[in-house]
This record gives sequence, C-alpha cells and structure tokens, in this order.
Amino acid sequence: MKVLVPVKRVVDYNVKVRVKSDHTGVDIANVKMSMNPFDEIAVEEATRLKEKGAVTEVIAVSCGVAQCQETLRTAMAIGADRGILVQTDVELQPLAVAKLLKVLAEQEQPQLIILGKQAIDDDSNQTGQMLAALLGWSQATFASKIELGEGVARVTREVDGGLETIELKLPAIVTTDLRLNEPRYVTLPNIMKAKKKQLDTVTPESLGVDVAPRLKTLQVVEPAARSAGIKVQDVAALVDKLKNEAKVVV
Amino acid sequence: MSILVIAEHDNVHLKGATHNVVAAAAKIGGDVHVLVAGANARAVAEHAAKITGVSKVLLAESPALADSLAENVAQQVLALASGYSHILFAATASGKNVSPRVAASLDVAQISEIQAVDSPDTFQRAIYAGNAIATVQSTDAIKVITVRTTGFDAAPEGGNAAIESIAAVESVGLSTFLSREVAKNDRPELAGARMVVSGGRGMGSAENFKILDPLADKLGAAMGASRAAVDAGYAPNDWQVGQTGKIVAPQLYVAIGISGAIQHLAGMKDSKVIVAINKDGEAPIFGVADYGLVADLFQAVPELVTAL
Repeated sequence: MKVLVPVKRVVDYNVKVRVKSDHTGVDIANVKMSMNPFDEIAVEEATRLKEKGAVTEVIAVSCGVAQCQETLRTAMAIGADRGILVQTDVELQPLAVAKLLKVLAEQEQPQLIILGKQAIDDDSNQTGQMLAALLGWSQATFASKIELGEGVARVTREVDGGLETIELKLPAIVTTDLRLNEPRYVTLPNIMKAKKKQLDTVTPESLGVDVAPRLKTLQVVEPAARSAGIKVQDVAALVDKLKNEAKVVV
Repeated sequence: MSILVIAEHDNVHLKGATHNVVAAAAKIGGDVHVLVAGANARAVAEHAAKITGVSKVLLAESPALADSLAENVAQQVLALASGYSHILFAATASGKNVSPRVAASLDVAQISEIQAVDSPDTFQRAIYAGNAIATVQSTDAIKVITVRTTGFDAAPEGGNAAIESIAAVESVGLSTFLSREVAKNDRPELAGARMVVSGGRGMGSAENFKILDPLADKLGAAMGASRAAVDAGYAPNDWQVGQTGKIVAPQLYVAIGISGAIQHLAGMKDSKVIVAINKDGEAPIFGVADYGLVADLFQAVPELVTAL
C-alpha cells in the first residue's frame, strides 16, 4: 500500500523570527528554512513502515513556493520514494492545503496519509483533520504509536491526561506527535540518491483547486515583553519573596 | 448572533476549560449555547447550565459519543452548525482534534487558539511559538474557532440555563475506541492549575524528576516539563509545556532546571509569578523570571520544600 506524506517548508526551528517594522508579518527573508519538525517525524514513520514491509511506496508532497523542492529532497533523503510539488506563490492556509491534498489523494489512492500535527510557523494544527473531513476518512491526531493491521490501523494518541488507543478503518489520516519516533540523520549518500528520485510539479490550477485565503491577517506585532525580575541569593530569600512580596504562597 | 460552545468533559465532569471558552463567547457577544455530546452525561449538562452567560445547554447522548471520537463528535456538531454564527472549542487535545474537521466540512477556515477577541470576526492569535501575535479577520459565514483558555478568565458559575435533550447522531463507523491509559494522580490538571512545578533537561533523568514530587505536593501544584525533558524521556508528553504542548498561565510557575527555550517560554510566559532555579546564571529563563535562583537544583529543591 501507498503512504502519502505532506511536508511543509518552514522557518528553521532554531531561528528567532522578527516582526517586520510595517507589521505586515514576520521577516523571513534570508533566514534558514527547513522541513517542519513534525513532518520529519511523519516521513520517518512512513519510511519505517516501508522498511518493515507494511508499505510499498512513500510519496512526499509539498505545497508552496519553488524552493519547497528542497524540502521534498530532504523527505526523499530520509526515505520517500518520490515527490510531488504543488507550486504556487499564493499564501496557503490549512483549508487550501487540505483541498490540494484531497485531489492528490484521489489521484494516488494511498491507504494512509501521515502528517505533522502542527507546523511551527502558523501553529495551526488543522490540515490533517481537515483533510480527513474532506475525504470522509477516519483520523487519529497526535499519534505516539502506529500499527497496521488487515484493513485497519491501531493508533495510540497523546491526549490530555494520558494516552488512548483507537482503531481506524483504512484509508486513514494520522498526525504525528513528538514521541512517535526520532527521525534519522540524513546521510550524504542518501542526499545524493534523493537527487535522482522522481519529483513532479503540479499547480493548484491544474488540480482545479481554489486556494484563495479565507483569513485576512490585519497586523502582526511583537508580543508584550515580560521583563526580568530579580535574582535572589538563596532559598530563604526566595521563600520570603514568595510569601511577602508576591503573596502566592502562604 | 448565536454561539455554540462545545463542552469539554469525560461524561462525568465538565472540564474547567469550558468556562474559559464561554468567557470568550461572551466577548464575541450573542446568545451562548453549550453542546454536551457524550453518553450518560446529564451531570455534565447540569454543570454547564450553571455557567454564567449560558442561555441553553444542548445534551446529545449516545454510545457513539461516549469516547469523543472525532468523526462522531464532528457529525454531531455539524448537525447543529447551520444555526450558529460561531462554533467554539477549547484549544485542548480533544478540541483541536474535532474543530478543524467541523470547519472543513463547512468549507470554512478554522481560527486556531485565539487569545483575544477584537470584534465578532477579528481575533488575536500567537504564531511562531508566541514570537509574534497576529490579528486575523475571518470572511467566512460561520467562524469555527479554538480558544486558548489562558487568554480568557473563566466565566463564573451562578447561572441556571435550560437543558434541552437533542437527537444524537449515529456512529459514522470509521473508528473504534480501544483503550485509555490515564495517569493516576491527585494533582490538579496542568492546563488549569493555579500552581505548576516544571522540570527541564537539568533534571538529568526520569528518576531525578521525582525530587519535584514533594515540592508539587507542598504547593498543591500540577507537574509540567519542558520539551527537552519530554524528548529525553524524563517526563510524559502530556506534561509538556510550550508551543507544541500545553499553554499555561498559573498564579505561580516554578521552572526547575529549565533553560528557557523560546518554545517553552511561549507556553508559560503569561504566568502571574515565575520562579526559576537553574545553575546556569546566563540561562534565558532568568530573562522572564520574577525571582531567579542560581543554584544546584538537587540542593535547592529539597531546601525549598523544607522552607515552604
């Protein structure tokens, strides 16, 4: 069976972004871009399922600007067999991405689509659930374990207060949480191999999808800064401050 | 305008987060209804009816809704959606699971984790791990929203809304609940706790994390952890405070052995009082802490327990 893995190109995890002075967004010119960390976990999981023999093909998809090709090459260096770029310069919001992925899912007919639970740029946490709704498929978000059975997937999910395990009818959508796996380091030989893998480019127009944004960003500002307080000498001084100044403990 | 708030519950207890979501609904303004979708959940509906500002509680009871499976709960919400201008969920694991599914089925955007209401169609939300706050305006007819509970003070109790039983949907039949492992402890739930004691990578091991227990016991605090500590396997994932974990704003947040990565600060910087204990005096956590103590945590924590 095939697995589809959507991957997003985002500002690297270690970059501290700055708000633009005209408050129209954050400045992402000349900053390092990488694959969204949760998507890396998704590619790793799909690759492991293939290595176990449960999956025959892993297809990575990215939606966005031409440079998303690099993200797809990274996915292929981890283990994806081929890539599809849905190329556009339009700002893509989760609903639009879900609509693009729906068309690709109908074309490719995967039994499983694994996505990151959240992208670390817009922090939306929506695309997987939306895609499940549009396809009318089952879903398991925030997965920490995936087991494939006959026509089903058993997924353990990270929920408030603990874990729960549910069984999904395939085809299904799974979104990854932090502890699902630890992605491998990509090696130079695999990076070289990935360059030779098939990468197709399509457009929202060719897929017949309207990707116009539904949410308008009116302004982006810096969060209110919290100023540093004081350093105390010892535990006794700390307890004194907590009791007599902050009055948060009695 | 009428607003539908989806109650967060376990069929027995209404979760505190629902009070914050009702408060957000009140800011938007309009008639506020609460949907309790569950099984044998009348007690939850009775509790929800007491929240000030709620005019009606809709109770849908069915075995299909017992375990909050996303497909079934979404179907229940969709059965009601056309009557509302806004549908609000708490930005919790269960709210985030269902809300986008509802939005996409309605062909509308979902607005994630709002922390302020500017107007009925304009909201503020954090992006880039809280490094920027975006003001977004929705052009959709129905606004489907998840609410960051720390952005809104819990609506008080004192109301007496009517409870109306409504037809429950059949199971969509796509998924089945198998089992749940809930960590058993007497501590308050992290998301709504008044006190939080959090450990980071500086704890060194899962075993060492236990030295925080007496401190949490003494303070009546919930336990939290940084992503680094969760990554290292020192603490369970549902303790994770930060951009990709839980957002908390307790009266007192005690950060122990936490350096203060951006993504952690995003999850706790709205706490009223922040205490940091770290042996590295240059750690970024001291940049947000009201009271910082540069010390070896293995000495300072037991001392603190004795002194409190």
